[in-house]
Amino acid sequence: MGRSRKKGPFVHPKLLRKIREMNEKGEKRIIKTWSRASTIVPEMVGHTIAVYNGLKHIPVYITENMVEHRLGEFAPTRRFGGHADKKAKKGKVA
Amino acid sequence: MARIVGVEIPNNKKVLYSLTYIYGIGLSRSKEILQNTGIDPEKRVKDLTEDEINRIAHYINEHYKVEGELRQEVQRNIKRLIDIGCYRGIRHKLGLPVRGQKTRSNARTRKGPRPSRIKKR
Repeated sequence: MGRSRKKGPFVHPKLLRKIREMNEKGEKRIIKTWSRASTIVPEMVGHTIAVYNGLKHIPVYITENMVEHRLGEFAPTRRFGGHADKKAKKGKVA
Repeated sequence: MARIVGVEIPNNKKVLYSLTYIYGIGLSRSKEILQNTGIDPEKRVKDLTEDEINRIAHYINEHYKVEGELRQEVQRNIKRLIDIGCYRGIRHKLGLPVRGQKTRSNARTRKGPRPSRIKKR
């Protein structure tokens, strides 16, 4: 079920504040965030946000198409390097 | 055999069910079309008059996106997901279930036929 329209999209307040500050000053800086649940809003377009995936921050460059998705969708939390090949044992692929 | 929207050729079933052979039209839309064009849903396609067929075709063109155009739209939406590199896009690219289903077992619709097992001696 979707979120109530009345509330508007959820964006972590601190994150939104930082984005707005940057927009005002016209600067571009990578901001780290743990807030994977934050919705991407139009104000973020053009910025790079480093989203935590449980291990490290993955830099995500925000484009227009990404609006309305959530930050976590762009920083995968699992890694899967394919199944082990029986003949030639390979190491884990990052 | 009648021809409605391009190459779609529903057979001599009742119109109501015949229309659902068109990609993008299911039972609900079929009912809606027939109600709004005032055609008896129980009538067989072969008994439709030229005028009735035209009315149906017209109604569909006016109100719905069907067949190729609809398929294109679906593909475009999937491509967008892949291009922005989000989780759903990745799942589409890998050919795995997109909506969080388990993949430990089943998921054969997305994964395709099982890889053949190497025979033991």
